[in-house]
Amino acid sequence: MALTLMPNIPDPDGFYDELLHAHDALNDQESEAFNARLILILANHIGDRAVLRAALEAAK
Amino acid sequence: MVAKRYDTAFDLYPYAKVADQDAAPVRHPVVIVGGGPVGLSLALDLGKKGTPALVLDDHEGAGLGSKAICFAKRTLDIANRLGASQPMVDKGVVWNVGRVFHGDGKLFSFDLLPEAGHRNPAFINLQQPYFEKFLVDAIRTAQEAGAPIELRGSNCVTGLTRHDDYTTLDVDTPDGPYQIEADYLIACDGARSPIRDMMGLTFDGRVFEDNFLIADVRMKAAFPTERWFWFEPPFEHSGQSALLHKQPDDIWRIDFQLGWDIDRAKELDPDRIRARVDAMLSSQTGTVPDYDLVWTSIYTFQCRRMKKFRHGRVLFAGDSAHQVSPFGARGANSGVQDSENLAWKLDLVLKGLAPDRLLDSYATEREFGADENILNASRATDFMTPKSRVSQVFRNAVLTLAKDHAFARPLVNSGRLSVPCTYDGFAHFGPDGLDGPKGSRPGATCPDAPVTDGFLLDHLGDVFMVLGLGNATLSPVQMGAVPVQTLSIKAPSPELQERYLGRHKSGVYLIRPDQHVVARWAEFDAAAIKAAIATAIDKR
Ligand SMILES: Cc1cc2nc3c(=O)[nH]c(=O)nc-3n(C[C@H](O)[C@H](O)[C@H](O)COP(=O)(O)OP(=O)(O)OC[C@H]3O[C@@H](n4cnc5c(N)ncnc54)[C@H](O)[C@@H]3O)c2cc1C
Repeated sequence: MALTLMPNIPDPDGFYDELLHAHDALNDQESEAFNARLILILANHIGDRAVLRAALEAAK
Repeated sequence: MVAKRYDTAFDLYPYAKVADQDAAPVRHPVVIVGGGPVGLSLALDLGKKGTPALVLDDHEGAGLGSKAICFAKRTLDIANRLGASQPMVDKGVVWNVGRVFHGDGKLFSFDLLPEAGHRNPAFINLQQPYFEKFLVDAIRTAQEAGAPIELRGSNCVTGLTRHDDYTTLDVDTPDGPYQIEADYLIACDGARSPIRDMMGLTFDGRVFEDNFLIADVRMKAAFPTERWFWFEPPFEHSGQSALLHKQPDDIWRIDFQLGWDIDRAKELDPDRIRARVDAMLSSQTGTVPDYDLVWTSIYTFQCRRMKKFRHGRVLFAGDSAHQVSPFGARGANSGVQDSENLAWKLDLVLKGLAPDRLLDSYATEREFGADENILNASRATDFMTPKSRVSQVFRNAVLTLAKDHAFARPLVNSGRLSVPCTYDGFAHFGPDGLDGPKGSRPGATCPDAPVTDGFLLDHLGDVFMVLGLGNATLSPVQMGAVPVQTLSIKAPSPELQERYLGRHKSGVYLIRPDQHVVARWAEFDAAAIKAAIATAIDKR
């Protein structure tokens, strides 16, 4: 499977809102830690090492 | 005496003394306070249905200055039903392409790519005073044809007394005060609604801690007819974001997002404004075109609404009931939807064809609409003005990714342009007896589509319509004195087929006077249709 870089999230505004709201009560340090946990969870869900490597590249 | 709070762009309803002023309080079925887009469209809609509408406004025409410029398809469809849309579309600037910039660079452009087969474009840009003038022109035409509409300029409402089934108003005029009575009072008196204050009602919500400098400039420049939006614009002192958008008459709307702690007087200094505008206009071409500053002002924006839009015999519509930040053009556009929702209900109630409680559904439906608009406007404002460090980080990550990766573009939010809400699951709709296309399900506004003699929407609205498509065979539907018409289209155009039938060969739709779908079925069934109309007008 190739890395998807085309729109793939239904209701993007709703998702973005939820993502930011998840940080509501957090200070900067807690937010950073939250983001790290979130990345690790999503990475595990993806699983495919080639896809993860492509994502690391795209985020550069 | 009536104080002048603003100058007018067009004088539309000059003061004239009327007999009511020398009489004991005269009773009117509907008094509308406020002759903005909402009050005018309501009066026109009611009057065309034969229900008398009296509009009181403390000025004599459309206010001058920067207000709404972006009018959505739904508003044009409503104006079309009211016979007012042609001059709007003729005068307006149609646009489809938007460009988004971040700092020095262009991120991407988008095309609204309006679906083909609709009478009206997705959006036009038109200065609000023109919109109001064209409504008044249509009111004058309707009056000549006998519509019972009256506009009274320089009539300022200064007080009210509520009774069980009517309201008494104190009205000031250049000839002194008088009183009138209203069976139903509709407050379309704008965001600062004096009626709301007189009734001691609150207007709660969020104030966005930001100031926007809005400049309307006149120039003859060969800029394309596109919406240009900058995040973190590279030009000096231009703040967090900037917008450039074309209006008719060689006028361009320019917005600069300045932040919260500003010196308003200093920011309004014409030299300072010109420096900013120069920088913006030359950023793409390197040269500054000739231009004049036509109007400049600084706004703060809020998103708030009244808890309830109905208080007995007093109903609130438009900005008096709800206010949104303008990124998404949902103010006037949603207000005109309020007036359309209210008009047919008031008309039926006043003619004794529906119970007064039908007006409760105006409030519940439009409160829902307001929430949807506020949600969208708040999200856009939050994206443009990140409130915390982490939201700033995500916002900038989205912008950075959007340049190269399509997936991030739907997340870029400089305003989601106004579309009407769908009343999913509301009490006055249903059933859905056709497993048909989603876009025309009960609660939705009717999608437009070509028919042999023009467009579908030209044939819908004003009264309840039974629309039979394909193989469906219709008979007339009698619902007492409630007007119901039938329309049969045996050979639907491909667009009509796709938008209303999908894979089906036949379908029957019941459509409200405001062009929202009430219910739909595979076949004609008179009893089912009558039951659905009874539900729609709250006749138990
Ligand atoms: C900068 C800016 C940009 C905007 N852009 C857009 C856009 O692109 N698209 C969009 O849809 N909306 C936009 N809006 C919002 C739009 O202007 C409003 O939503 C719209 O004017 C609301 O109409 P209304 O009829 O409810 O109220 P108003 O237009 O405010 O009209 C109220 C009327 O009531 C009268 N009145 C008040 N008090 C009394 C009294 N005591 N007695 C008698 N009469 C009274 C007033 O004089 C006025 O004529 C914008 C607003 C701003 C400020």
